[in-house]
Amino acid sequence: MSQRRTLFVLMALFALLLSACGQATPAAPSPSAEASTAPIVATTTTLNVFAAASLTTAFQEIATAFEAANPGVTVVYNFAGSQQLANQINEGAPADVFASANLKQMDVVIASGMVASGQEQNFAQNQLVLILPKENPAAVQTLADLTKPGLKLVLADKATPIGQYTLDVLSKASELPEYGATYAEAVLANVVSYEDDVRSVLTKVRLGEADAGILYTTDAALAADELVQISIPETINSIATYPIAPLAKSAAPEVAQAFVDFVRSAEGQAILVTYGFLSY
Amino acid sequence: MARSTAFRLTARPTWRFSNLAPLGLMLASLPILAYLLFPILAIIFRVDLRVMLEHLVAREVSQAISLSLFTSAWSTALSLLFGTPLAYLLARYQFRGRSLIDTLIDLPMVLPPSVAGIALLMAFGRRGMLGSWLNDIGISLAFTTVAVVLAQVFVSAPFYIKTAISAFAGVERELEYAAEIDGASPWQVFRYMTVPLAWPVLLGGLVMSWARALGEFGATIIFAGNFPGRTQTMPLAIYLGFELDLNLALTLAMIMLVVSFGVLWLVKAILRQRV
Repeated sequence: MSQRRTLFVLMALFALLLSACGQATPAAPSPSAEASTAPIVATTTTLNVFAAASLTTAFQEIATAFEAANPGVTVVYNFAGSQQLANQINEGAPADVFASANLKQMDVVIASGMVASGQEQNFAQNQLVLILPKENPAAVQTLADLTKPGLKLVLADKATPIGQYTLDVLSKASELPEYGATYAEAVLANVVSYEDDVRSVLTKVRLGEADAGILYTTDAALAADELVQISIPETINSIATYPIAPLAKSAAPEVAQAFVDFVRSAEGQAILVTYGFLSY
Repeated sequence: MARSTAFRLTARPTWRFSNLAPLGLMLASLPILAYLLFPILAIIFRVDLRVMLEHLVAREVSQAISLSLFTSAWSTALSLLFGTPLAYLLARYQFRGRSLIDTLIDLPMVLPPSVAGIALLMAFGRRGMLGSWLNDIGISLAFTTVAVVLAQVFVSAPFYIKTAISAFAGVERELEYAAEIDGASPWQVFRYMTVPLAWPVLLGGLVMSWARALGEFGATIIFAGNFPGRTQTMPLAIYLGFELDLNLALTLAMIMLVVSFGVLWLVKAILRQRV
């Protein structure tokens, strides 16, 4: 009897190990088929907008406003990492507008001729901000307080762009006399976790598990009433600039241009500002 | 407990040319076998040995390996210590709520590990039900190595407990009664009769629970966070390495494969001797 169990146990064990080994691999990013399969109805125009993931909530509101102002137009989004979107565009995905989270990926599609050079325009900026839980358990008042011994700081991992920006901010601060040369080192000594993405930083601070965290102002805006925000001075802040452009091969170039203009209009900018973006 | 004929059929220990497995069955087994092995081979072939050796000495790699071995050893020991009485209780006694408890133990195995992480945070986090109380007396668990062990025990202990229940249930009661009649105390019965008889299956359960702890990812990253040397176990290092440096991730994956295979093989050898 026990032999049979043993056999079962070992089989289960083997299966389990295989699953455990594979577990750490993140799911393959699935390109959204949404944009390519959207039906094109004769009486309406479908506008395929490829936009950076960080724009999701703000752009959904922009679509509603844009559709209201342009009857017969339907905006279909494909939200993903900018790098992924640039790849998709270069591989021929049907897109009318590209909104990137950085200049680098816009340059990629310009280099391949998918966007005519000079058509790109910056429309928003995002910057870093220091956040604290509402009760502020570590009594942080300024950026300099991040060196307080025993403070629990949560940052994004250096594998993410925001993690890199954060390290930039700390090293820039260390060059200023008001923070001192050992600033970055002292702050990093307080880090309790390097989160794998920026939203986890938000969650850990929101839950009060951490005393402080650094993330984008747009992320902080998602939970503004549960957080204390301390701005990071312009001189050391890393600013991400968002460019937008109509694509050269767009099937509806006028509508694409109208969308770009709308995003840059006072109405579009006002929506972006409510989601924590800086108007460009 | 009569041995059924079906049992004899499935557990035929060795095969010789004289009783070769049916060709059709062998062919039918091939697709899943190939599917399970192919990705593993893909990793092995992808790893550049020279690059791997370079990464092997990297601080993050050695930290992740030692942390993984340290924490999984602790969580397995804790599962053994606290899981054994529970398994014995459930295997030997019928009482009200027994099947409810049995189902509750299944839960952590069914839940996605991320749910386990959130649950642990709600319980032991700084504002958690128990955590806020702990925080008042100066104990903070989140972001510590202890949190890694707690996350591992939560998701891996059920694997040991469930196996241990069937291990104890498989020990014939008559043998225990006989020992009792001969004057053995309950502890002596357990120590010298039940455990030795159940041992091979118990060991299998322990290894299964250890393997689950070693591979634990979701609950750890949510509850314990990610800090090299403190909470960054191998699965976390592999996940972040995948975004940063594929070679680093491959090296770690390869080490996990080798360690896991080695332990499984060893346990199998031990079991073969004992059974």
